[in-house]
Amino acid sequence: MHLAYPAVLSALLFATGLYGVLARRNAILVLMSVELMLNAVNLNLVAFDVWLSKTARDTLHSGQALTLFTIAIAAAEIGIGLAIVLAVHRNRGTADIDRLRDTAEPGNDDPDDDSDDDSDGSGSTRSEPAEKAEATA
Amino acid sequence: MTTTTLAVLVPLLPFLGAAAGLLLGRTAPGFARPLAVLPSVAALALAAVVAVRQGGGQAVDAATELTPTGSVPVELALHIDGFAALVAILVGLVATCVQIYSTGYLRHDPRYTSYAALVSLFTSAMLLVVYSGDLMVLLVGWEIMGICSYFLVGHYWETPEARAASIKAFLVTKLGDVPFLIGLFALAADTGSFRITKILGNVASGGLDHPTLIALLLLAGVAGKSAQFPLHTWLPDAMAGPTPVSALIHAATMVAAGVYFIARLLPVFTASAAALVVLAVMAAVTMAGSALAALAQDDIKRVLAYSTIGQLGYMTGALAVGDRGAAVFHLLAHGAFKALLFLAAGVIIHAAGTNSLAAMSRMKDLRARVPDAYWTMTVALLALAAIPPFSGFFSKESVLGAAEHAAVGHAESVPGAAGWIVLVSGLVTALLTAAYAMRLWLLAFHGHGTEAPDHGRQPVAMNSVLWLLALPSLAFGLATGVLPDWFDGRDLTPTLTTAVLGTGVALVGGIVTYGAWRHTTAMAGRVPLGAVAAHPDADGGLVEAEAIASHEPAYGNVASAPDPADPGRLLLGPLHRHAAVGFHLDAVYAALFVRPVQAAATLVRFLDREVVDTYVRGAGALPRWLGAAVRRAQTGNLQTYVSALLAGTVVLVVAALLVATAGA
Amino acid sequence: MSPAAATVSAAQATTTAAETHGFLSPTGVEIAFLLVGLVTFGAAVVTVTTKQLVHAALWLVVALGGLAVEYLLLTAEFIAWVQVLIYVGSVVVLLLFGLMLTRAPIGRSPDADSGNRWVALAVAIAAAAALVWVVVDAFRTTWIDLDGAAAGSTAVTGASLFQSWVLPFEALSVLLLAALVGAIVLSRKTKARTQAQEAAGGTTTASPLRPPSPGPDATRSAVRGAARSDARSDKEGAR
Repeated sequence: MHLAYPAVLSALLFATGLYGVLARRNAILVLMSVELMLNAVNLNLVAFDVWLSKTARDTLHSGQALTLFTIAIAAAEIGIGLAIVLAVHRNRGTADIDRLRDTAEPGNDDPDDDSDDDSDGSGSTRSEPAEKAEATA
Repeated sequence: MTTTTLAVLVPLLPFLGAAAGLLLGRTAPGFARPLAVLPSVAALALAAVVAVRQGGGQAVDAATELTPTGSVPVELALHIDGFAALVAILVGLVATCVQIYSTGYLRHDPRYTSYAALVSLFTSAMLLVVYSGDLMVLLVGWEIMGICSYFLVGHYWETPEARAASIKAFLVTKLGDVPFLIGLFALAADTGSFRITKILGNVASGGLDHPTLIALLLLAGVAGKSAQFPLHTWLPDAMAGPTPVSALIHAATMVAAGVYFIARLLPVFTASAAALVVLAVMAAVTMAGSALAALAQDDIKRVLAYSTIGQLGYMTGALAVGDRGAAVFHLLAHGAFKALLFLAAGVIIHAAGTNSLAAMSRMKDLRARVPDAYWTMTVALLALAAIPPFSGFFSKESVLGAAEHAAVGHAESVPGAAGWIVLVSGLVTALLTAAYAMRLWLLAFHGHGTEAPDHGRQPVAMNSVLWLLALPSLAFGLATGVLPDWFDGRDLTPTLTTAVLGTGVALVGGIVTYGAWRHTTAMAGRVPLGAVAAHPDADGGLVEAEAIASHEPAYGNVASAPDPADPGRLLLGPLHRHAAVGFHLDAVYAALFVRPVQAAATLVRFLDREVVDTYVRGAGALPRWLGAAVRRAQTGNLQTYVSALLAGTVVLVVAALLVATAGA
Repeated sequence: MSPAAATVSAAQATTTAAETHGFLSPTGVEIAFLLVGLVTFGAAVVTVTTKQLVHAALWLVVALGGLAVEYLLLTAEFIAWVQVLIYVGSVVVLLLFGLMLTRAPIGRSPDADSGNRWVALAVAIAAAAALVWVVVDAFRTTWIDLDGAAAGSTAVTGASLFQSWVLPFEALSVLLLAALVGAIVLSRKTKARTQAQEAAGGTTTASPLRPPSPGPDATRSAVRGAARSDARSDKEGAR
């Protein structure tokens, strides 16, 4: 089989995941996109491992081993990530990434962002002390 | 110890006292008084020992050069001749008296420690000027005195008068000091040294290329320091300081520094006939004008201040006719009795609760309240009016005798015109001096009206000092025969002509004033006037500060009072209005200097605000706009950040690939 | 031409199979790979563009399953089944749980994409173009020989994993343990604090941080349950 097929498919999947990470608003959808990117890498690893095991008589199978490790790490990552998203949702009442703007420069007057902030203003302002308490707990 | 060591210790001790006083003033207030008085006493004793050892003989010279300083060397040098030795004693004596007097006068003052330390520092600087044999070292002492004067005049800085007076004193004396400095440089350039002995030797051999220029430049500084016309205007205002400061700085010592300086460098001045004539005219205008102004003042201390200016005019007059012995003789006698006058005036102000003669003339029995001040002040006023046998008679007659000597052409290298100018103005001033002394005495001690307020006994520290200073006022005339040994050797005894003339005009002045007073004193009862600051328990300083502050609200002017019972008003006639304000010299200065400077400052402020700042603001605007743009990028949206990051990564990777494959 | 191509050309010299294939001679496996790949890519695109959040998770299942088929076509059967088990079996289920716990709207939500989407599209297309250009340029003459013994059979994979890779394998188990503990800590902390708050403040702590829906207690228990299920399924995933 032509090696370019899996390689190109992997590149396309990676770019798709990239788009999802950058464009999706819901944090869980962003996590899904991250999974897509990880899988793109896995596909690459497997394809090259198969190619090398035949072509270069490689018996180490490092590609497949790394794929397994990546899958395990992805599982751990999704668990922790979801826990964080849930904690944020519990505190902020939202899981939308573009509303988590505590690092914004104060006094930044972007009209769109302001309207967004105002729509859930009560939630975010009320959650400030709670978040601090959690940080110090 | 050698004489040199002793002489070094004389200025050093008060300096150490000042430093210790400033350092310990807050932590150990109990040491303030000993630290103030003892160094002055020690300096006085050492100065006396130095004077005895020097004995009017060969001048003591010592010098050490700390480090090479370019073309003209600056050396730490002593030059003690008879003038220096005696003036140092005067400085030590007055400083000691003032320090003792201040312990009583300012006994409740919260800033006494810094005050005493500054007086000590001032004493040290004056002694440095007196003993210094190097003009640059002399200049150091000269400027330290200026800054001490600034601080001490502004001692009551809560009152606007004191603040204005201190700044005025500083600026006016600096106005003279700038040409003075240039003159010193010119002198050093001509003679190749700052050492007084070398300069005098050089001048004697005719090595001075620009005598008139140098003399006039130096004269500007002397006029500023010694309060000579036209730079005298700061001295009457400086009376806003405490009375002991007026006695020390503005009567006996600092203002004498200018006279002393000319006396030291007299050959430089006599090298130029034009400079001597200028000096004589300056002295004449100063003498006559200040005596007229003194006759019109209402504040007792301003009377004395104008009197000081006039007596300094006598000294410069003596220098203008080339007789420094007479000048320094008058300096010594005047220092003693003027310090006495000021200190006694401080006692009177405290007792009367006012500094206004008009108010004092409406008080009965003020002399019974302060008998010590009454008797000592009478002695000092007699000395001031040059009535024999008090010290002022001998010293003033020596000045007039020297002027006559020059006028008739007996003095070589002194133009006769200078002699005539000094002689005539000296006689006129003698008349006026006796008049204002009489007026002061009558108004202060022979008032009619209500009882004077009772402020209790004056402290012993203050009264004893008065009697101590009364001694030289009484008896310094006896030294007339001895002093020529210390000075140039020129005879100082009064000549018959000038003695008769001088005493005669003085008596005339006194009697006319007495007549005028008899004529006007009846009016005093009809016109009530006066404001009294009554603080029976407070020290003199507080009473005086309040009296100065309340003079303008009470009488409409800081200098004069609308008192029809004033004999000076009758005597001066239409001139009184102008004399009261010092012949409008302040107004002239305001028009000539102050307003143009203020206008220029306004212009500069406008240029700075509108032109220079525009560039500054423009330079700041661009970074601010850039910063605002960058700030807008900080939205807090992580996806935006990551997008930018990845876009940059892609661009970099593509660029790296293109660069790496370019050669393949 | 490119450095990647240069390095690969060395490997290419060693392979003799390269000459036996024409450049455009698709075999059956290749056709299958292409078709499944298209489906996978399409499902992935729909995943990141659909406006229905739950559908996105389901399309993700399709994409991940398609990848499992690709693994099979590449003769990596063990990886394929692990992919099915963990990704399709647990990760997607976890994601669905997460969607439900964060009360994701059922049906179309018009604001699923942020305002950043055009920038994101540009970046993604640029990245895809760059990657595809490099990869095609590097591997356009490289073939994988799929004949003979399977390269990723369970026996082969297990042998290498427990011979060469046993130490990293064990280290990975420590990582998973850490993730387990982390997930528990993240969940438990809130519970401890709310309990302390209730004990201290009594009725006054009317839960300032929760949106005003079913009632604080219900929400809290739901959260607690979610945290537990997190940890549990995480453990499952690790095994």
